[in-house]
Amino acid sequence: MRGGDLTNGATGRIEITDLGMVFGRNSRTVEAVRRFTLMTTPGEFVALLGPSGCGKTTVLNAVAGFVIPTVGRIVVDGEIITQPGADRGMVFQQHSLFPWKTVLGNVEFGLKMRGVGKKERKSQAHAYLSLVGLTGFEHAYPRELSGGMQQRVGIARALVNRPRVLLMDEPFGALDAQTRLTMQELLLGVWREVRTTVLFVTHDIDEALFLADRVAVMTGRPGQIRDLVEVKFTRPRAAEIIATPAFMVLKARVLAQVREESARTLSGPRP
Amino acid sequence: MATAPNVGMVPFVGAPAAQAEAPALLRLAGWRRPALRVLSIGLFFAAWHVATTWDVDFYVRFQNIPTPAEVLEEAVALFGSAAFYVHILASLERIWLGFAIATTLGVGMGLLIGWFRFAEDTLFPPIELFRPIPAVAWVPLSIMLWPTERSSIVFITTLGAFFPIVLNTIHGVEGIDRQLVRAATSLGAGRLAIFREVVIPGALPSIVTGLSVGMGVSWLCLISAEMISGQFGIGYFTWVAYGIVKYSQIVVGMLVIGVLGMLSSALIRLVGARCMPWLPRRVRDAT
Ligand SMILES: Nc1ncnc2c1ncn2[C@@H]1O[C@H](COP(=O)(O)OP(=O)(O)OP(=O)(O)O)[C@@H](O)[C@H]1O
Ligand SMILES: [Mg+2]
Repeated sequence: MRGGDLTNGATGRIEITDLGMVFGRNSRTVEAVRRFTLMTTPGEFVALLGPSGCGKTTVLNAVAGFVIPTVGRIVVDGEIITQPGADRGMVFQQHSLFPWKTVLGNVEFGLKMRGVGKKERKSQAHAYLSLVGLTGFEHAYPRELSGGMQQRVGIARALVNRPRVLLMDEPFGALDAQTRLTMQELLLGVWREVRTTVLFVTHDIDEALFLADRVAVMTGRPGQIRDLVEVKFTRPRAAEIIATPAFMVLKARVLAQVREESARTLSGPRP
Repeated sequence: MATAPNVGMVPFVGAPAAQAEAPALLRLAGWRRPALRVLSIGLFFAAWHVATTWDVDFYVRFQNIPTPAEVLEEAVALFGSAAFYVHILASLERIWLGFAIATTLGVGMGLLIGWFRFAEDTLFPPIELFRPIPAVAWVPLSIMLWPTERSSIVFITTLGAFFPIVLNTIHGVEGIDRQLVRAATSLGAGRLAIFREVVIPGALPSIVTGLSVGMGVSWLCLISAEMISGQFGIGYFTWVAYGIVKYSQIVVGMLVIGVLGMLSSALIRLVGARCMPWLPRRVRDAT
């Protein structure tokens, strides 16, 4: 770690243009996403919010390169995405650490793949582990950690590659409310250090508004963007803001939209 | 952990509940349980002694069965003679060779079949075709195929161990969590790295289960093959003892087979646990 600098120089412009995603073939197809367009500025924190099954994970997987768009294209810092890569770090909801590797082994993984030497790997991994507050747990195995700690390892493991963008798919969705709040604050602290672009999928309106610069509210399936909400609370943010009137106003606006889309999802797809 | 479903289920699930429900009489202090176990074995030997010294004939006939004392005497004599070790060593060598070949082929092919569709299409059909034939049924053909007795018995032993090993390995690879593969690719892993860093360790618990089962089957096959066609080996020794009316030697042979089988299984478990420090102890012990 040179000079303790953990940033990647604020790159990470994501351009998702007219993304369409259809699964299956012949008559049994599912249109998960339709004409989805979203641009982020480098270093921005964007939350994707929407009813269950609206295609949030699908969008994230497409940016990660796990699935290939049926139509449209995804460009990150000028490069068209065709496959997964270490420039786009992914944090899954749960159970994504390698159970057979220690915490250190998990965090080092990306560096090992790049052929970084053992000593250098270790010192960089240590820096990111301390960033997420896990110093002292280097030699534990994932199953020995709590859910929150496992997610912190997942974050450190993705960040060690200094990705242009960090993709997070309901990373705190499986945690209890208290731990979730701690993790949200921790994530904001980490993000202030690394300044990478974050695309954060969640069901939780409070979480989206607390964390993000902008919240993209999606329609029911096939998902597209219904509203882009600017969240202008100053940073650093404390958890208390979720009880302020300004927060409530935003929340009411988003809640109304999400409820409408959920109801629409239940009553059948759009024509 | 999703990668080891077949291993994770087994251990001690019912034990605490059963203990809590047991009547007060049976709820014993810590030291009494080992004592009970020793007692149980002692009772077995006592029953054996009684049945054989009284020549019990109650449909099951004990007249020709040696007493524990006779067996002990015979064992002492046998272990004092070099000839007996020749048999033991011959069997151990065959087990070792057969098991090593079966492990190499079984794990290697299993990993390929489980991970690569092309390997599955080309390698798996013959495996499925031959699997229903018990290895012992190969004995006559094996004698014709292989030039020496040793090689034909090693072949049978290999065959017996191969199927459980290859099938468990395939099962282990197929059970690998796809999310871990995705995680690896998004961390920059290429195809080879995924195979090395995800597929092999992910399949390892299942592989060790396969080795454990394979070891048992290979002993079964070895002893059968030696009894049918051998001129050496502990199985041959035991069968010949029957022919030459040395009934105590039969029992010594059986006991030696049992002990060797037990030791080789313990060895597999030990090596398995060493290779998988990430598993909780109870799961490791259950493989
Ligand atoms: N590989 C696939 N094959 C077929 N259908 C799929 C596939 N992946 C997703 N889908 C379908 O696409 C739709 C969107 O799925 P997606 O997982 O993106 O939703 P989501 O917004 O992440 O939902 P949740 O909030 O429940 O996680 C769903 O109807 C799902 O069934
Ligand atoms: Mg999802």
